[in-house]
Amino acid sequence: MHIFKNTTFDFLRWRWHAIGLSWIIIIAGVVTLATKGIPKGVEFAGGTVVIERYEQAVSVQQIREALDRNYPGGGQNTVVQAFGDPSAHMVMIRVPQVGSEEGASLSVEAQKVEDALDKANLGKRSREGAEIVGATVGKELTQKGILATVLSLVGILFYLAFRFQFSFGVGAVVATIHDLLITLAFLAFFRYDMSLNVIAAILTMTGFSTNDTIVIFDRIRENLRGMRRDSMHHVINASINQTLTRTVITSGTALLTALALFFFGGEVLHGFAFTMVVGIITGTYSSVFIAAAIVSLWRGTAPTRAAAHAPATAGAAPAQQPQRKQKPQRKARAS
Amino acid sequence: MTNLRWKIVTVLAVFVIFFAVGPYPILAARYHLPAPGWLMDKQLKLGLDLKGGVHLVLRVQTEDALRLETDLESERLRDGLRTANIPANVVAINSTQFRVDGVPPGQDAAFRTAANEVQTNFDRSSGTNGTYTFTMKPNIQQNLRAEAVVQARQTIERRVNELGVTEPSITQQGNDQIMVQLPGVTDVERAKQIMGSPGLLELKIVERVAGTKEELLTNGQPPEGMEVLPGNGGAGDAGTMFYLVKRAAAVTGRDLRNARPSLDENNRPAVSFTLNTEGGRKFGKVSGENVGRQLAIILDGRVQSAPTLESRITTDGRISGSFTPEEVQNLSLILRSGALPATLSYLEERTIGPSLGADSIRSGVRASIAGLLLIVGFMLVYYKASGVNAVVALIFNLVILLGLMAYIGAVMTLPGIAGFVLTMGIGVDSSVLIFERIKEELEAQRGVRAAINAGFSRVFWTLMDTHIAALISCAFLFQFGTGPIRGFALTLVIGLASNLFTSIFVSKTIFEMELASRRQAATISI
Repeated sequence: MHIFKNTTFDFLRWRWHAIGLSWIIIIAGVVTLATKGIPKGVEFAGGTVVIERYEQAVSVQQIREALDRNYPGGGQNTVVQAFGDPSAHMVMIRVPQVGSEEGASLSVEAQKVEDALDKANLGKRSREGAEIVGATVGKELTQKGILATVLSLVGILFYLAFRFQFSFGVGAVVATIHDLLITLAFLAFFRYDMSLNVIAAILTMTGFSTNDTIVIFDRIRENLRGMRRDSMHHVINASINQTLTRTVITSGTALLTALALFFFGGEVLHGFAFTMVVGIITGTYSSVFIAAAIVSLWRGTAPTRAAAHAPATAGAAPAQQPQRKQKPQRKARAS
Repeated sequence: MTNLRWKIVTVLAVFVIFFAVGPYPILAARYHLPAPGWLMDKQLKLGLDLKGGVHLVLRVQTEDALRLETDLESERLRDGLRTANIPANVVAINSTQFRVDGVPPGQDAAFRTAANEVQTNFDRSSGTNGTYTFTMKPNIQQNLRAEAVVQARQTIERRVNELGVTEPSITQQGNDQIMVQLPGVTDVERAKQIMGSPGLLELKIVERVAGTKEELLTNGQPPEGMEVLPGNGGAGDAGTMFYLVKRAAAVTGRDLRNARPSLDENNRPAVSFTLNTEGGRKFGKVSGENVGRQLAIILDGRVQSAPTLESRITTDGRISGSFTPEEVQNLSLILRSGALPATLSYLEERTIGPSLGADSIRSGVRASIAGLLLIVGFMLVYYKASGVNAVVALIFNLVILLGLMAYIGAVMTLPGIAGFVLTMGIGVDSSVLIFERIKEELEAQRGVRAAINAGFSRVFWTLMDTHIAALISCAFLFQFGTGPIRGFALTLVIGLASNLFTSIFVSKTIFEMELASRRQAATISI
């Protein structure tokens, strides 16, 4: 059984469309982020979240009224949400403030929220969970997270430059940055909070995307040995086509897992699963349309060896596409 | 043939060992199967986000430790100057600096001799008019800060142990942060109170008592070497009183041997303490010299009581005040475990109710199983008989991952589950890569055996490249990431290693078994 057999799609032909589309999404994402800001979870923004479990059903509206009446300091930025399975009668209340980080006073706002709820006589409740994060934590977390991400990208760049060529390293890193930006854009569109779980998901999907990209690069490297007379453009297209079945199966199964997490994973994993779904789609897309395109742009469309008129002969390679944009030919740097 | 037999034995042995360490204890705990105790102890531990409990991140205010050292040294110098009859003032500047004013020019040499005492920890620079500034040496500062964090961690450890929490985790994070995880604890406030109380007990002779702070000050300053502390009124409830005492304590909680709840003469809850030999000697000397005067019993900078010394006391004392029985319990616990070398501030506090954690596990496991079944179904339909091979590899992978995590004592958290998902994904990818390659080779009219060998050998470097690249990024994430991200990276590293083994070795062995069972392998179901 084959999903794709001897396909001859000219992926590189669409590279400018792909790059354009990506830019549109990224710019839209940046605009959303600039105007509305990144919705940050308490881990990053600091603040207080309490999850209360009631013994009988309590509506979000009742909770909000209770807070408006009895907790004037909370301001308009208090968020009240039903949480988890409706039968559990749980509500999540998020307040941007925390007490000072001095002494044991961090949790005063949580206390105020609970006092306000108790005053409203909504029934017996118990604190199911709480998350109280001071202002300094988020800053440190962000700095360290960015440092770790940047360094791991640099690591991958050097490894690929060492194992392949520098242009491949650039292609993979650009594709990964692209995935990060697109995922951030979608998080911004759908207003998911930036939490540690979401960060873990972003790391997971960059792992996937790099994996995908390297598989295609690996095939390009192999084909460069067998198809010395073909243009880089052709070799790249052939490689993407040859690995297409594998790309679709791998991404498809990963997407299945992520969708399972999204639908059955429960409240806590929702942001995580959403990020994974977006990340897998953009990761696959960038491996196919962006990473190799960057390599070809970096190197130009020159043939891999001199005199590239001869049609492809190597292996089970597909027939050569008519080459549309061919720059003046020059000697390729390496094979 | 023998070669293949050995491979099969290796594969089975690996499976049995990792299954015994990883999944078996979990199943045994759940379905009450027999298992030896040492194996159950190794069971994969769940992180707080899955098990429920309290997670706190504290910062040790290491400035305090520096200030304490500066105070002590300036006090020593002040005593030294007094003995040498040098009329100079010692003034504190900040936590690491103090200044000496007005050293008469004639007594400069004598001053230098006295100052040499503190010279080991402080740098001295001279200004005009007999002014000298003492600054703590940078390496001493660094040592003191580091020591303060270590001591704070140890103190918190002792206090948490006294609380009787099972399997707490108290670790240093970065330079001055301590992460405390208390599984199963839900009363955050008590835990915080017990961990965060400075617990500094000091006994000082009272110089003067007054109703307001101002009465005790001269020119808005307390007299040299003295300080004014607020405290409870003496007889009855006289409101807040102020006490003028020496800065340096006669005896501190460091000399404490034991502290326990008791009752005072009015049958109110109090804490009785016993000093060690060294403390008893010092206390005996001070109390003997000051019979008839008041002794301030100071806890965390507040005078709890100031009884009059009737006679010389050596080792036993009592702290009374308006305590509730519960406060007395907590206070004895805090005093027994020693004072914190510096105050703590809370940066982060997280409570996860046990049922919330259980919900997360249930949904996470349910979703993972659903995903796994979808993948298994697809592999079996698409790759037919060879799909079984892929499924076996996937199960192997999970068993090894669970086993290794349990063995090294890693903790399973939500981001860890993310690492699991990625491992599963990469595992499936490896199988797909190999199978697709074998298919290609078969189409190029190779024999089955040759196609399988070529498939594995061609994909080998692809697998190496993808895995090594992932390992590199994991290394950086582990090195520079914070808690949960490290958990993710660790899971992934283990997953990558086990995946290389299963896809290159286990999968290949299964194919070879299949080939060996048939005399003439002309076709393969893939």
